[in-house]
Amino acid sequence: MLETYLWPFLGGCMIGAAAGLLLLFNGRIFGIAGVVGGLVSPVKGDVAWRTAAIAGLVLTGFAAGLFQFDVFTAKAPPPVTLLVVSGLLVGYGSRLGNGCTSGHGVCGVARLSPRSITATIAFTIAGVIAVLILHGLGLMEGA
Amino acid sequence: MKHTIIAFLAGSLFAIGLTSSGMTRPEIVQGFLDFFGNWDPRMLFTIAGAVLVYALIFRISKTFTKPIFSDQFMVPTSRIIDRKLIIGSSLFGFGWGLSGYCPAPAIVSGGGGVLPVFVFLLAMLLGMWVFSITDRMFKNSQ
Repeated sequence: MLETYLWPFLGGCMIGAAAGLLLLFNGRIFGIAGVVGGLVSPVKGDVAWRTAAIAGLVLTGFAAGLFQFDVFTAKAPPPVTLLVVSGLLVGYGSRLGNGCTSGHGVCGVARLSPRSITATIAFTIAGVIAVLILHGLGLMEGA
Repeated sequence: MKHTIIAFLAGSLFAIGLTSSGMTRPEIVQGFLDFFGNWDPRMLFTIAGAVLVYALIFRISKTFTKPIFSDQFMVPTSRIIDRKLIIGSSLFGFGWGLSGYCPAPAIVSGGGGVLPVFVFLLAMLLGMWVFSITDRMFKNSQ
């Protein structure tokens, strides 16, 4: 019981601490969509730290894979069409709405930003609707 | 250089947090969004931990005149709630629910060699690129 909720909570604390590190030292918001988006349309002098943050994500994932830590999905992959539609919407939507789960959901909500609170409510409701639709299509078994 | 090292450390710690909290398992994320089905509250604890710690650090940062390695805090100040924010966030959330992946966990999973996630990542970059093109066209036409 405790174990079930302890790791999700401690992991969350680490996520908050990581974003806090970037704020205290670099004065930046840790929003991954923004960090990646800034590389899709790059601005001079702004590329190195973004690349380094993504390198940290990739290499940590690589290490977890290398040591075969059981942290990634065990489920059969969803249909390719679903992944494509999901990726397109996540990419386009997070840029149009200026943030994703990290930028709005964590950093913005913690700063009590009214924009981020609105965005977080909007993307959570939309996510709940998406899962309802997956249920309707019979694509949620075993989740 | 100092900025780059901090960003790398922050990215790494962020990824350790994501993997240990279960956020790199899309089934946990979708389970959290499955509010009217078999709801999985675990992600709520992750959000709570992240928001609590970040709120605390944000309060501390307010006592600083500037960040340790920079001249100023680049924190968004806009309070405007417009259609772009709501439509963009809704599209994002819908896409997020469809796969259970948002940008950071997808990047970490890609690093971990989860092959199907590369399809998601390529589509995500394409979506961001389409945004940057349409946004520029829109701004030029104004």
